[in-house]
Amino acid sequence: MKTSVNLAGVELKNPVMTASGTFGSGMEYAEFADLNKLGAVVTKGVANVPWPGNPTPRVAEVYGGMLNAIGLQNPGIDVFASRDIPFLRQYDTKIIVNVCGKSEKDYLEVVERLADEPVDMLEINISCPNVKEGGIAFGQNAANIEHITAAVKKKAAQPVIMKLSPNVTDITEMAKAAEAGGADVLSLINTITGMKIDINRQTFALANKTGGMSGPAVKPVAVRMVYQVANAVSIPIIGMGGIMTAEDALEFILAGATAVSVGTANFCNPHATIDIVNGIEDYMRAKNVNDINELIGIVK
Amino acid sequence: MKFDETATVVSQNEISDGIYDMWIDTGNIAANAVPGQFISVYTKDASKLLPRPISICETDGSRLRIVYRIAGKGTKEFSGYAQGEQIHILGPLGNGFPLEAAAGKKAILIGGGIGIPPMLELAKHLDCDKEIVVGYRNSDTFLDKELQQYGNLTIASDDGSIGTHGTVIDAIKACGVKGDVIFACGPTPMLRAIKQYAADNGIEAWISLEERMACGIGACLACVCKSTDVDSHSMVHNKRICKDGPVFNATEVEL
Repeated sequence: MKTSVNLAGVELKNPVMTASGTFGSGMEYAEFADLNKLGAVVTKGVANVPWPGNPTPRVAEVYGGMLNAIGLQNPGIDVFASRDIPFLRQYDTKIIVNVCGKSEKDYLEVVERLADEPVDMLEINISCPNVKEGGIAFGQNAANIEHITAAVKKKAAQPVIMKLSPNVTDITEMAKAAEAGGADVLSLINTITGMKIDINRQTFALANKTGGMSGPAVKPVAVRMVYQVANAVSIPIIGMGGIMTAEDALEFILAGATAVSVGTANFCNPHATIDIVNGIEDYMRAKNVNDINELIGIVK
Repeated sequence: MKFDETATVVSQNEISDGIYDMWIDTGNIAANAVPGQFISVYTKDASKLLPRPISICETDGSRLRIVYRIAGKGTKEFSGYAQGEQIHILGPLGNGFPLEAAAGKKAILIGGGIGIPPMLELAKHLDCDKEIVVGYRNSDTFLDKELQQYGNLTIASDDGSIGTHGTVIDAIKACGVKGDVIFACGPTPMLRAIKQYAADNGIEAWISLEERMACGIGACLACVCKSTDVDSHSMVHNKRICKDGPVFNATEVEL
């Protein structure tokens, strides 16, 4: 039974990876989930310098999901490169570094800095809804997406994944722009901008007022967008958004995703990623599927 | 070492208005816990995704006791569990109170509201002279009789219906409570006042903080507090309450 998938020349032992921001660099979860069993670990976003993130409260639970407004707190590329990358290199998994920035220069600085590091791919976060500059500002305009993608591609030593925002009118337009800019792979969806009001305190549940919604309630939106994008571009897709179980992951694969990222599920079950890897294999056995690649995008 | 376990509810009682007392039989969590640590309790209702962090009130061999307030639908669900219920918990989480900080000293243990429960396990483990100060909303008290076994107990209440009318600091001043080191858990305004009181009086203080959490193990960076210095993990003025705390030296954090 073949579970490996190929993303822009990078062979993953299986299609299951972590969603950026939910898993740190894997240090805390390694106690519960064997990182060697994952297709890849996608790190929390890292910028050129340390970022303090947003005030608290940074998370709120909503029905069937959660809102977060962490604000891309990160220790900066120097500490990340000396601490987090060597940690992950101890494991037999691929390393995908999520890159964030407030300006094109910030993104490029991190991308160039990573050129000599032993990481497998870069995921460019142009879709974070929780920071005032950068993030989603780059990701809601097709011309901006094509421009930043091309600029990153020119400097990147590793294959480039562009992570797209669902907070747009037509995601296929954004996906095509990233493809035109030279993106090797697309990740979707980032979180959906939401809001929760605390009726007892009569104020916002999050200090940032708005936050990114994730969790099982967003999954149908994410599956629909992956399906649309899979039919609009020819580069591979990493699907994510509310994947809690292997069944959820398989929906994304059947809709056209080559790989999947598991995020919020880690908070409810610290070994959710491993359960999903095992569940996909169980499904393949039950359905007599010899190669997982036979499942990608077969629902038309 | 943390453990991801299916545990069994041994007993549950409502001990005060909306305050529940649950004993849980665990595999390894109880035996490995130290005073001041907490557990994550997962709801069975799958529409609620995030575990509820609840402080450990007491341990006894493989059994662990939590005393918690119904604060929303998740804790409401927990309050309905009967003996034999299987529940998903993760722990022990965070760092406890530094017992060595009280060696040869007189300790003041301060609990406010639902911050009182961890003081029981701490009182049991601190081998020194102890003053215990607790603050309630009103005379509907809990754990006071158990705490009394371990030290001189002083009570404050918001409405004045029992003990000193006012805050725990009002009670400490009114009753002349003296000590060399403070251990405290309670709402942020109380901890802020204790940090100030400790600084004014040159007393070492260890305070247990709380914040909205998601992962509970230090990965998601939801539950940060402001740190006085640049933290060596975050590289900014943020510490993770779930992982670097919940207990901090009061001088390490800004409230």
